[in-house]
Amino acid sequence: MLELKNISFSADDEGGKNEIIRDITLTIPDNKFVVITGPNGGGKSTLARLIAGIHPLTAGNIIFDGTDITEKSITDRARMGIGFAFQQPVRFKGLTVLDLLRIASGAQISVGEACDFLSEVGLCAKEYINREVNASLSGGELKRIEIATILARDVKLAVFDEPEAGIDLWSFNNLIRIFEKMRKSDKSRTILVISHQERILNIADEIIVLADGKILKQGSKDEILPEIVGTQYAAGVCAKME
Amino acid sequence: MNIDTIQQRLLEEVADLHDVPEGAYNLRANGKSVGRNTTANIDIQSKPEGNGIDIRIKDGTTNESVHIPVVLSESGIKETVYNDFFIGENCDVLIVAGCGIDNCGNQDSQHNGIHRFFVGRNSHIRYVEKHYGSGDGSGKRILDPVTEVYMEEGSTVEMEMAQIKGVDSTERTTVAELKEGSKLVVRERLMTHGEQHALSVYKVSLNGDGSSADVVSRSVARDTSYQKFDACIIGNAACSGHTECDSIIMDSGRILAVPSLEANNIDAALVHEAAIGKIAGDQLIKLMTLGLTEAEAEEQIINGFLK
Repeated sequence: MLELKNISFSADDEGGKNEIIRDITLTIPDNKFVVITGPNGGGKSTLARLIAGIHPLTAGNIIFDGTDITEKSITDRARMGIGFAFQQPVRFKGLTVLDLLRIASGAQISVGEACDFLSEVGLCAKEYINREVNASLSGGELKRIEIATILARDVKLAVFDEPEAGIDLWSFNNLIRIFEKMRKSDKSRTILVISHQERILNIADEIIVLADGKILKQGSKDEILPEIVGTQYAAGVCAKME
Repeated sequence: MNIDTIQQRLLEEVADLHDVPEGAYNLRANGKSVGRNTTANIDIQSKPEGNGIDIRIKDGTTNESVHIPVVLSESGIKETVYNDFFIGENCDVLIVAGCGIDNCGNQDSQHNGIHRFFVGRNSHIRYVEKHYGSGDGSGKRILDPVTEVYMEEGSTVEMEMAQIKGVDSTERTTVAELKEGSKLVVRERLMTHGEQHALSVYKVSLNGDGSSADVVSRSVARDTSYQKFDACIIGNAACSGHTECDSIIMDSGRILAVPSLEANNIDAALVHEAAIGKIAGDQLIKLMTLGLTEAEAEEQIINGFLK
């Protein structure tokens, strides 16, 4: 279980502090698929990065499975079972897909095992396993490899920051299928996705609407989705792609 | 072969040799040849002047290899060795050179290997050269290799040069002249640390129509080390050439990259690229979110980059 207790985050801005997250208190229960939506600039991605430990909190505490992780590093949080998928997956010259999956799994997994993770995200493993994770891969391919690293880590909490960003419609359809599959998987795993895509919201157990650094609404999908459908908080797929 | 454990370790580093190599070889240790083998197709002879060897490979030799590693384990040795490779036509051969220096003393140890390759028509050569230094003496470990490659019509040379650790000062010069339809591929990997100095100069002349060259260097400069990469491709015919220098700087490392092109023919197509920068913060963060510490992440990024 992930608990955010009165957390705030300010960044240095021209002429002073810019408060991006304002005193948020929130509980993400285990084994749920939770989607955080909201307008651009509302603090969604920042919240995801605070959970992963990429930015330090200005105030408040983060409790993960009963342990206060507020002061813990990115590495410590990762080792405790928090996974983070970047909005813009990082490219590496020289590191191959296999290298990255081995780092993610924390073991010298076999090529066969690595291929299984790639197959799960719909990539033909043979073609990709020895490719470098560099600019020769498309946005959609990188995104799926990014998700495969999360699968390889077998995390307790997987945080996805705008997984739909930078990919085409065809890749987006695949992405939805991967999330549906992860949701149905019998692994005990909490999935937290930052997205304002209606189709991702539609597979959520819970939806949180974040605006101006605060929680505007929070509740079950059936409760929240009808209220926000058609607004900027739950965009149709083509609206986004345009 | 009569070699000690230090020399054995150096051999493993520079030539991946754990035992006597198969095929032709010449092993030089502390200024003397200590082991040699020739085959029906590959002959190795000492030069009459005693300052190097001639390696002659017969026409049509395929699937054979030549190992000519050099190790120095005594402090204060300074030597220049001239090795000439005469490669016949239609050959396909692997040549492994390389030099390892272990210097525990206070005198400088230096090996300069001057290698000339005369590559016959339609032959394919893969050349691997690794440099390695170890030992905690105050004497410097110095390597100044010169490689000259003369390529006949339709020949291909792939060169893999690596210097990852322990060489204090190096000045590498590589000159290549290519005839019609020949192809040169160079992959250089270099890491410098401490106060090391490394200079790498390439001059590749594409003299024949349809010839091509691809010279790529990846390097990492740590601590206060300094590197200069100076690659010039000269297009004198309807040819294509590409040179690339990609570098990571760390700590107070410094790198000067000087890729240059000279086109003397309207149909010469030449490209150069160079990029220098520190490790991207996002790369470190990504690997840390996979459970690595910052130091481990840095190591993985560099190992991958220099792979």
